[in-house]
Amino acid sequence: MSLQTSPTSTGASADDATAGRSRRRLPQWASVAAFLAAALVAVLLELLGEFNIALVVIYTVVLGTVAAYVVSRVVEGRRKATDRLVTCLVVSAFGIAVVPLVALVWTVVGRGIERLDGEFFGSSLVGIVGEGGGAYHAIMGTLIITLLTTLISVPIGLMTAIYLVEYGRGRLKRSITFLVDVMTGIPSIVAGLFAYALFALFFGPGIRLGIMGAVALSVLMIPVVVRSAEEVLKLVPNELREAAYALGVPKWRTIVKVVIPTAIAGLGTGVTLAIARVVGETAPLLITVGITNGTNLDPFDSRMASLPVYAYYQLTQPGVPPEYAIDRAWTAALLLIMLVMGLNVVARLISRFFAPKTGR
Amino acid sequence: MAKRIDVSDLNIYYGNFLAVEGVNVSIEPRSITALIGPSGCGKSTFLRSLNRMHEVIPGARVEGKVVMDGQDLYGADADPVDVRRQIGMVFQRPNPFPTMSIYDNVAAGVRLNSRKMKKADLDDLVERSLKGANLWNEVKDRLDRPGSSLSGGQQQRLCIARAIAVEPDVLLMDEPCSALDPISTLAIEDLMTELKERFTIVIVTHNMQQAARVSEQTGFFNLNGVGQPGRLIEFNPTEKIFSNPDQKATEDYISGRFG
Amino acid sequence: MTATRTPTEPGAAKPVRRPGDRIFAGSAKGAGILILVILAGVAAFLIAEALPALSAPSDDIPGGEGLAGYVLPLVFGTLLSAVIALVVATPLAVAIALFITHYAPRRLAQGLGYVVDLLAAIPSIVYGFWGIAWLAPKLVPFYQWLEDNFGFIPLFAGPTSSTGRTMLTAGLVLAIMILPIISAISREVFLQVPTLHKEAALALGATRWEMVKMAVLPYGKSGIIGGAMLGLGRALGETMAVALVLSVSGGITFNLISSGNPSTVAANIALEFPESSGIDVNTLIASGLALFVITLAVNMLARWIVNRRADFSGAN
Repeated sequence: MSLQTSPTSTGASADDATAGRSRRRLPQWASVAAFLAAALVAVLLELLGEFNIALVVIYTVVLGTVAAYVVSRVVEGRRKATDRLVTCLVVSAFGIAVVPLVALVWTVVGRGIERLDGEFFGSSLVGIVGEGGGAYHAIMGTLIITLLTTLISVPIGLMTAIYLVEYGRGRLKRSITFLVDVMTGIPSIVAGLFAYALFALFFGPGIRLGIMGAVALSVLMIPVVVRSAEEVLKLVPNELREAAYALGVPKWRTIVKVVIPTAIAGLGTGVTLAIARVVGETAPLLITVGITNGTNLDPFDSRMASLPVYAYYQLTQPGVPPEYAIDRAWTAALLLIMLVMGLNVVARLISRFFAPKTGR
Repeated sequence: MAKRIDVSDLNIYYGNFLAVEGVNVSIEPRSITALIGPSGCGKSTFLRSLNRMHEVIPGARVEGKVVMDGQDLYGADADPVDVRRQIGMVFQRPNPFPTMSIYDNVAAGVRLNSRKMKKADLDDLVERSLKGANLWNEVKDRLDRPGSSLSGGQQQRLCIARAIAVEPDVLLMDEPCSALDPISTLAIEDLMTELKERFTIVIVTHNMQQAARVSEQTGFFNLNGVGQPGRLIEFNPTEKIFSNPDQKATEDYISGRFG
Repeated sequence: MTATRTPTEPGAAKPVRRPGDRIFAGSAKGAGILILVILAGVAAFLIAEALPALSAPSDDIPGGEGLAGYVLPLVFGTLLSAVIALVVATPLAVAIALFITHYAPRRLAQGLGYVVDLLAAIPSIVYGFWGIAWLAPKLVPFYQWLEDNFGFIPLFAGPTSSTGRTMLTAGLVLAIMILPIISAISREVFLQVPTLHKEAALALGATRWEMVKMAVLPYGKSGIIGGAMLGLGRALGETMAVALVLSVSGGITFNLISSGNPSTVAANIALEFPESSGIDVNTLIASGLALFVITLAVNMLARWIVNRRADFSGAN
């Protein structure tokens, strides 16, 4: 197959070589030409059988890489050919990573957009069998639980970061840094089990509360907040702290009134990204908060719905007929993606517009 | 306001490393004292120990006595924060607070210490301090602009205004002109001559002409070699240091025959 | 730093501290210590709730073969899926990191990095949705081809699952999920390679690949390993994507493309917990404890590798 493509490309490079270059090199577009030829062959191959766009792409990449390597090997020698081969592989690797991203967004948008309507935002699942219904209760639940999580995590995370950057020394600092790193790796389901075990010890087994979900998510969010806040606080120039100390400002006021305001944009970005990270967490909420069909806005009383768990149950236990619940599940998934992406955009905007003008 | 400082047998450590050894000196009020010497000889460290600023570096400590008008700055009941309120400092690089306006920068000392002050009094203080720093006329129409919008020399004068707004007794300046162009430097030097009427000023400088121009007293710091502690080699009236120093090392350094 | 002067230092008088400073420093330190307490609490409460299962007679444990008989297949499934993910993701992630740091046009590099980071932002349950609805069906013909041509290898013995919800699919979804983690750390390390090393290689007439091979990869090796370990930690603990994608039948098998698959610890908890009560809950928590211990070990090892490298790089 590769033989079919090589004549065209070598022809081009032969012209180039005879045009006066002593050392034989392929022109810039040689690789591109190889891939175009490979694409052509791939399409022809597939037209003979049943047409499959995925296979065309795969054939193109494989054939193109082989063609570029062979041509380069013949014209430029082994070292240059290897270089080209690696370049092709590295670019393809990036391409491979983009495929799931695009496919995922495409699938979720395609299947979720239909039910992204007023009813979805406006009504719960009380009394819904089959068509209609929405995720109002789940959206409110996610908002409440996420808000509680933020209220727990941000003070603890920020104060820990302040300790690490401004006060910490020696072993305690080192062990906290290390354990924060380790904490980032706690599986989300384990965080959920922890919250359950904690509350079950005091309130008996089978307990499900919104606040339990917030505790579980905090275990996941705190280390993220600590890490990002630590990075940002370290960026505040020491000169500013010294300037404040030299004015006779106590250390704690220096931190509160000078260091934190200077770092506020970075802190905001970090907290937003940390929220984005936990807002889509499903597993801990599944086992600590559970699910309900009605609207419960009190996180200290019984089960609550949340968007990810809602999506999970709508997909896995759709009831009869299933298609309406499955549509709602996809819409919930779409909403989750929109939420996470939205938070990412907000985070970028914060860092762009609220950064202090240091003039340095 | 201006007070004298007496330093006796001062050793300054970073951890176990002795950075400056055996300094004995008396700094006169209402005058400018310049500290010169090669890099790394401990003159900045010494300056920072005068208002206990060196303590912000972990492990830094001193032995010996620093007394300001009878008040032991390192006494058991001395609060470093109070010491720094009495002894202000201006740094090498201008460091206005980037989140604050020009006005807020000058008012920072008052605001950050949450001293309550009437708006009119604060306005008055800001104006007085900016005038004291020869900056008022340049910025009076844009007090709400960020401090970092000023030029380097203006920023440094803003920092001086900020330092004198807390009405300290002593003003320490750590190479205040080394990041500035000659014209801004001149402006700062003129300012120093005015400020010495009200403050005791100690300045660290690498610029010997500057020391000769502005100071009454000059101290020369030196060290014998890498890893050795810095010492105050000679402390004399500026005129004497630059014309007829007691020590050979001083003469070598001043005449450029150093090393 | 008057606060932290140690009394052992000679001549250090007890420094005067303001109440505000004491309270603030105290609460900052308290928050730091709280982190230690939380981590200890996670272990302690899991142990406390797992104890009934540890001491229960084996007949009471679901499956009737005792705790070990219940947990071991799950641990096997967890390790298998995570290893598949690691094997697939690591080379890809390193290649992507190389592409972004050394091959892509500089102006595009940051944007391309952001695209890869987006993969990390997508919630795992959405990966599960996508895995069931898009990826699994698409993989069925590929699995059929594997069975037809490589069926003699036990991994691909088949018979091919008709839904595609197999161990290999779960591993591939996990691979996509850990890709951004490994590539982010590799990227960071590759960017720290001293320009001098790279220019030295180029000055010897090396091609770009030779420069990468000579200067970038050796320098970044421990970073790649550490990143891969972090990815492994994530893959071990990943729950919802596996719970949705994997069609579970229990038992230990290396057959990656059939419909009979062992579950993973995390997915099993998510699937069973909501409907469990009594000793079953304790059993699930005991399995969670096992997962916690495994991920903790992997993450500590990973951090140790990454931090050791940081000490030597002189970057700090």
